[in-house]
Amino acid sequence: MVKTSVTLCGIELSNPVIPASGTFGFGYEFAELYDINCLGTFSFKGTTREPRFGNPTPRIAECTAGMINAVGLQNPGVERVIAEELPRLKKVFHKPVMANVSGFSVEDYAHTCALLDREEQVGWLEVNVSCPNVHGGGMSFGTEPKAAAEVTRAVKAVTKKPVIIKLSPNVTDIAFIAGACEDAGADGISLINTLLGMRIDLKKGRPVIANTMGGFSGPAIFPVALRMVYQVSKAVRVPVIGMGGISSAEDAIEMMMAGATAVEIGAANLVDPYASKKIVEALPAAMEKYGISDLNDIIGKAH
Amino acid sequence: MKQAILTIKENEALTASVFRMRLEGDPGERPGGFVNLAVPGLFLRRPISVCDYADGELTVIYKVVGRGTDALSRMRAGEKLDALCGLGNGYDLAAPCEAPLLVGGGVGVPPLYYLAKELIKQGKKVSVVLGFNTADEVFYENEFRARGCAVTVATADGSYGVKGFVTDALPDFCDYYYACGPMPMLKALYSAAPIPGEMSFEERMGCGFGACMGCSMQTKNGPKRICKEGPVFKKEELLW
Repeated sequence: MVKTSVTLCGIELSNPVIPASGTFGFGYEFAELYDINCLGTFSFKGTTREPRFGNPTPRIAECTAGMINAVGLQNPGVERVIAEELPRLKKVFHKPVMANVSGFSVEDYAHTCALLDREEQVGWLEVNVSCPNVHGGGMSFGTEPKAAAEVTRAVKAVTKKPVIIKLSPNVTDIAFIAGACEDAGADGISLINTLLGMRIDLKKGRPVIANTMGGFSGPAIFPVALRMVYQVSKAVRVPVIGMGGISSAEDAIEMMMAGATAVEIGAANLVDPYASKKIVEALPAAMEKYGISDLNDIIGKAH
Repeated sequence: MKQAILTIKENEALTASVFRMRLEGDPGERPGGFVNLAVPGLFLRRPISVCDYADGELTVIYKVVGRGTDALSRMRAGEKLDALCGLGNGYDLAAPCEAPLLVGGGVGVPPLYYLAKELIKQGKKVSVVLGFNTADEVFYENEFRARGCAVTVATADGSYGVKGFVTDALPDFCDYYYACGPMPMLKALYSAAPIPGEMSFEERMGCGFGACMGCSMQTKNGPKRICKEGPVFKKEELLW
C-alpha cells in the first residue's frame, strides 16, 4: 500500500489532486459523472465581490497542445455563491473545499474573503492575484511584489483559514513575488496561472479571442510551470501547489519532485471530464513504478 | 452527458465542404442537442450538432472550416472517435403549435432534420425553409421532402429556388418556428417573423458541458451557457 495523502496548510488531503479553479465550476457538472469525493479537494470558480458576466465571446481558442481562454471571471458574486452554490455543493462534496477569490481592489479581496471565512466548508482561501483576463485588476496585483504583499496582508487580517496566493507566470521573477507574499503572511503559494497568449484568425486577420489576448494553458505549458514551481519552492518555506499542463499521474509526480505539496489540474478537465479522477486512480500504480511508497518523500526531491 | 467511443460507419461529402458522418455506439441524443468529438492530434473537442439519431446510430453533418473539421473529413469508416454525447438542451418538442416552421441556414440545417422527424411523428404539418449562398451548397432538400415536409429553398445569388434569404421565403400560415443558422439569419428571422419560436446558437466552446464558461451569452434571464442551458433558446429570452 502506497501513501498518497499529503497535508496542505494543516489540512490533510487523501491525495494531492485538486481540480483547478475555472475548470470545475462548483463541482456539480462533474458530480453527475462520478463521486467527486475521490479528489483531494477542488478549487471552485473564481469568485468576486460583485456578480460578473465576464468578457465578450469568443472566449476560447485552440492551440497546439493547449488552449487560450478569456472568460474574464464570470461568476454570480460572493453573496450568491454563499447563498446558492455552497449549499448545493455540500450535498455532493463532503470535504473542505478551496475557495478561489479575485478582486479589483485590496478592499474587494478583503471583503470577499471575510464573507467566505464564515463558511464552514471552505478549507482554504486561494487568492488569485493573477487573472490575465480582466482589466484594471487581477494580474496587476500579482506582478507587483508590493501589491501582492498588500493583498496578502489584507486577506490574512480577515480570516483564520489558510491563505494561498495564486501567482501569475507573466512576471520577470516569480520567486521574488512569492517571497513577498510569504513575508506578508501567506500560508501557501499556488502557481502557475495561465500564460498570456494570443491567436489570429487567418481568414479574418483578426484576433480569435474577442478580448484580443487570453490565458494559455494545457500540456504545452507544463515545462514552464514545472520550472517556476521548482524556483518558487526553493525560495519559500510555505507549501506550494503546482499547476500548469498536468494531465497524468506521472506529471503530478514530476511536479511534486519539483517542489509541489499538491497539484492542480486545469485544462485537462475540459477535454476529458474524468481527467482528475483518472489521475487519482493512476497515482498508486505510477508511484509503485517509480519506487515511491509515500508521496511526502518526493516533495522537492529534485532540489 | 455520457462519454462513448463511436465507430465511423460512413463519412461522405454532400457538397464541396459539407460532410455527413454516420457513427455507431451513441448512447442517446435529442433534437437540437450536440456531441463533442475529440479529434486525434488536436487539444479541444469539436462540438457538432446532432442531425439524426436512431437505435445507437448518430448522424452528424459538418462543414470543413478549420483544422478540426478538416481532420474529421479525412477519417474513414471503421475508425473510432471519442465523443461526449447527449450535450445541450435541445428544441422544445412540446411547444404549442400545429404548423411549425423549421428555418435553417447553411450548416445550421442539420439539427432541423431530427427535429422534423419528431414533429412529424406528433402529426404536425411541418414546413421547412432552407437558406444557402448558392446552388452548389444546397443539401438535404430531398431528405426533408422524403419525410413529408413542405420544403422551400432560398439561395442568396438566386442560382436555385427563391432568390434571397430565408426571410424572403417564409410561409405565412405557420404558428411557431424552430431555427438554426448564422447570427445574421437568426436576427433577420427574429425581426421578420411575428410568431413565437426558438433558435439554436453556436459559439467556440472549451468543454461543451458547462464547466468553463467559455460560451456564455446574456439573456433576459441572466447569463446562460450556450453548451448547457442552450444551445436552443426561446425567442422571448433573447436580448434583441
